[in-house]
Amino acid sequence: MDEPRIHPSFEQKMAAPLKAEGIDTFQINLGYRCNLECRHCHVEAGPNRRELLSRAVMEMCLQVLQCHPIPTIDITGGTPEMHPDFPWFLEECAALDRRILVRTNGVILLEGPYTPFLNLYAKHRVEVVVSFPHVDMKMTNRQRGEGVYSRLIEAVRMLNARGYGQPGSGLILNLVHNPSGAYLPGLQNSLENHYRQALKEKHGIVFNQLFCITNMPIGRYLTFLKKTENYEEYMTALVNAFNPATLESVMCKYSLSVGWDGKLYDCDFNQMLGMTVNHGAPEHIEMFDLNSLANRRIVTGNHCYGCTAGAGSSCRGEIA
Amino acid sequence: MADYYEQKDLADFAHIGEYAPELGKKYFDYYGEALKDGALSAREKALIALAVATTQHCPYCIDAYTNQCLSLGVSQEEMMEAVHVGSAMVAGIVLAHSTQMRKIIKKKEM
Ligand code: SF4
Ligand code: SF4
Repeated sequence: MDEPRIHPSFEQKMAAPLKAEGIDTFQINLGYRCNLECRHCHVEAGPNRRELLSRAVMEMCLQVLQCHPIPTIDITGGTPEMHPDFPWFLEECAALDRRILVRTNGVILLEGPYTPFLNLYAKHRVEVVVSFPHVDMKMTNRQRGEGVYSRLIEAVRMLNARGYGQPGSGLILNLVHNPSGAYLPGLQNSLENHYRQALKEKHGIVFNQLFCITNMPIGRYLTFLKKTENYEEYMTALVNAFNPATLESVMCKYSLSVGWDGKLYDCDFNQMLGMTVNHGAPEHIEMFDLNSLANRRIVTGNHCYGCTAGAGSSCRGEIA
Repeated sequence: MADYYEQKDLADFAHIGEYAPELGKKYFDYYGEALKDGALSAREKALIALAVATTQHCPYCIDAYTNQCLSLGVSQEEMMEAVHVGSAMVAGIVLAHSTQMRKIIKKKEM
């Protein structure tokens, strides 16, 4: 099937090309290995994926961070815990005394060899971001696999027990909501209230913030959209909801993404599309140069409509 | 003009102020105010809107508010219960009108 044309294209829609304005967040994708295979996963992660960041690239990342006072280190995957060198890498990152975020699927923290991460995260005061698509068990399980919901609740309970998400502890636990189908997320504030009330009442668990993230038409989610003949309608909904006010804060403006092979990308989405940074900026961590990267022109495509629809979407949820 | 109702026409709702822009603006301001979070949450309001959309047989509103409910994390069971509220109300309204019929019958009967 021919790809339906997106009209107007994202490039046509923008008044001027998108440009970075510094690097506040250094996002590192440790690889595509994950114990789940969620149906919306733009990474198409799974237990058999072999792509993992090498020790050499990890060392290059640490060196870049040592030389440049980039305030936030954002670690993602797959689920980062499944990288065998992650405990070492986390200790090294912690020694740099930056804000550290780990994006985890949560349920991995209940599995034998990975349970020590619960204490490790608390010890290094890592901000934990857990994917939690819905407060409805059926919806979550449909998206992420049978039995995931109850394991998620258990994982959040264990994080809560260590102080995560509890007022005054300073241990931050944020949840991520993704729509469980071919529609856009609702307003973050409304959903956050709903989550807070439902999770407290049903399970007695707490969290700090809810980030609502629009599903990107990439990876497994794209396959789902096409298979169910929702692609065109979904893209039209994104284009119709384009909000120029979001362009100020799309995450590529302030972050840089490092792939498992050391290549540099404007964001994790471009990483999955194989679109490295361009327009004169160095495309591999070996050639890291803050000046040219901090002001680079962003490589965009029609998937960028996912970041700019409605209230916008980023790794931290709404942006406008 | 092959069809009276076309899905893509939902996007045209934004332009209903055409030919009467001031009234259109007043309507959209009112609509926006009425549907936003207030004493009732946006979720509760979306469910009410869904029930109204089905009882009024409006395909555009059913499309818009099914999506809105999904976006706001409303479950399928909650949506279906809202539709049943609308359905029970409509049934009740129809049956309540039988009062008129029954009054007439009673008056006319020997
Ligand atoms: S969405 Fe997250 S948890 Fe699910 S398969 Fe992808 S990386 Fe794993
Ligand atoms: S997908 Fe989003 S973050 Fe990535 S380049 Fe496009 S606008 Fe920026």
